[in-house]
Amino acid sequence: MQEAMIKRAKELLADGTVTRVIGWKKGEFFYDITPAVFETAEEIDADFVFDDFTSANVSKYLVKESKKEGKILAFLKPCDTYSFNQLIKEHRVVRENVYIIGVPGGPKLDIEKIKAKGITGVLGVKNENFTLKIDTLYGEETMPFYEAICGKCADCKSKKHVIYDELIGEDGDVLDSNRFDMVEKLENMTAQERFDFWREQLSKCIRCNACRNVCPACTCEKCVFDNPNSGVENKAASDSFEENMFHIIRAFHVAGRCTDCGECSRVCPQNIPLHLLNRKFIKDINALYGEYQAGADTTSRAPLNTYDTDDCEPSIVHERGVE
Amino acid sequence: MQVNNNFEPVIVAFCCNWCSYAGADLSGTNRLNYPTNVKIIRVPCSCRVNPMFILRAFQKGADGVIICGCHPGDCHYTSGNYFTRRRITLLYSMLDFLGIERNRTRLEWVSAAEGAKFAATMQQFTEDVRKLGPNRRLEDLRCRKQ
Repeated sequence: MQEAMIKRAKELLADGTVTRVIGWKKGEFFYDITPAVFETAEEIDADFVFDDFTSANVSKYLVKESKKEGKILAFLKPCDTYSFNQLIKEHRVVRENVYIIGVPGGPKLDIEKIKAKGITGVLGVKNENFTLKIDTLYGEETMPFYEAICGKCADCKSKKHVIYDELIGEDGDVLDSNRFDMVEKLENMTAQERFDFWREQLSKCIRCNACRNVCPACTCEKCVFDNPNSGVENKAASDSFEENMFHIIRAFHVAGRCTDCGECSRVCPQNIPLHLLNRKFIKDINALYGEYQAGADTTSRAPLNTYDTDDCEPSIVHERGVE
Repeated sequence: MQVNNNFEPVIVAFCCNWCSYAGADLSGTNRLNYPTNVKIIRVPCSCRVNPMFILRAFQKGADGVIICGCHPGDCHYTSGNYFTRRRITLLYSMLDFLGIERNRTRLEWVSAAEGAKFAATMQQFTEDVRKLGPNRRLEDLRCRKQ
């Protein structure tokens, strides 16, 4: 796959279709993959990588990149194409300046899950028939592939590319995932249990803003949380209220626009399951206002930008489920 | 620790200028009683209420927040309260998901002619919040009045 992508990228650079390529390169370790822009064939040969750890969504970078001069080639996985579609709908990217090659999605691996097995000094990972052969400083280790996949891939919603100019590899289907299971489990708890669960999770927040910065739906140039008068701009959350406030509002600002790409949870250095907040909104929207998948198309109206005269009353919240 | 048996909740009511605020006024001119716990904040339309306003009210010491607007279909701006309805439903659902007591939040449609409904709603809501006790789950300790 990586060879085919590099070959195609170099062709498109050579014939002048694109002037830049956005993809991934290795960081300090082979599993520290970071999005990167390449301008020459030499750079691509040296650094371009596409493997089991290239889980980052590059769509958000295209907000800035697509406004620069010349066309950019972007490799998008299925979940990334949803984010890109949503950005087109919101007029945040210049579609004409992006050449999209759809590439197959995950499941991608999460190095933390490998380390959690007590496997350290990882030098390389190979997938052989869904068993991971892990080469470490201390010899070879093995673990089942599915125990090491990252959270967002475990509940994959779709393997279908919703937008592309060409495809490398096969296109998949929208999957019938059970991604709302955890939300449902929480809904069935009592209010006190839910409160305790979220206090435990959100109190870990260090306000690094990684969730906001990585989110392809968070594209405001001036964010409400950067306002020094907001009272929540501090890096360290000094009161539990700030944690609640930040996370409720962060999730609310992307309600109806979140494509459920799962990047927020993936980047969280404290492993807070932030996607559950977004999924709660998605689940509610689906249940109350009809099935809606943000980013599936570029024309439909977002559920919070429209209304129906027969919508339910907010009292529905007070009537259902456990108190 | 001192236990306060005479807990008086602070209720913040966001009332739309065209219906509910006039409804509150009517309940006053009709000499109907509603609890003094209720602090009314007038907004041009119920859809002016940003979710952040509600959180901010809790932060600054409110024990309950109620939003009042024109009945669906009667909005002065034609459709404002329809947007309110979706937005506030989702927000209340999220607060419930985070374990905040669901009876601390409410939304009621009160027209300018419903002074009696305004007074009854406020009495009922104040009683409900009084039963819940002080807001502890969504308070900011730095803002607590000693």
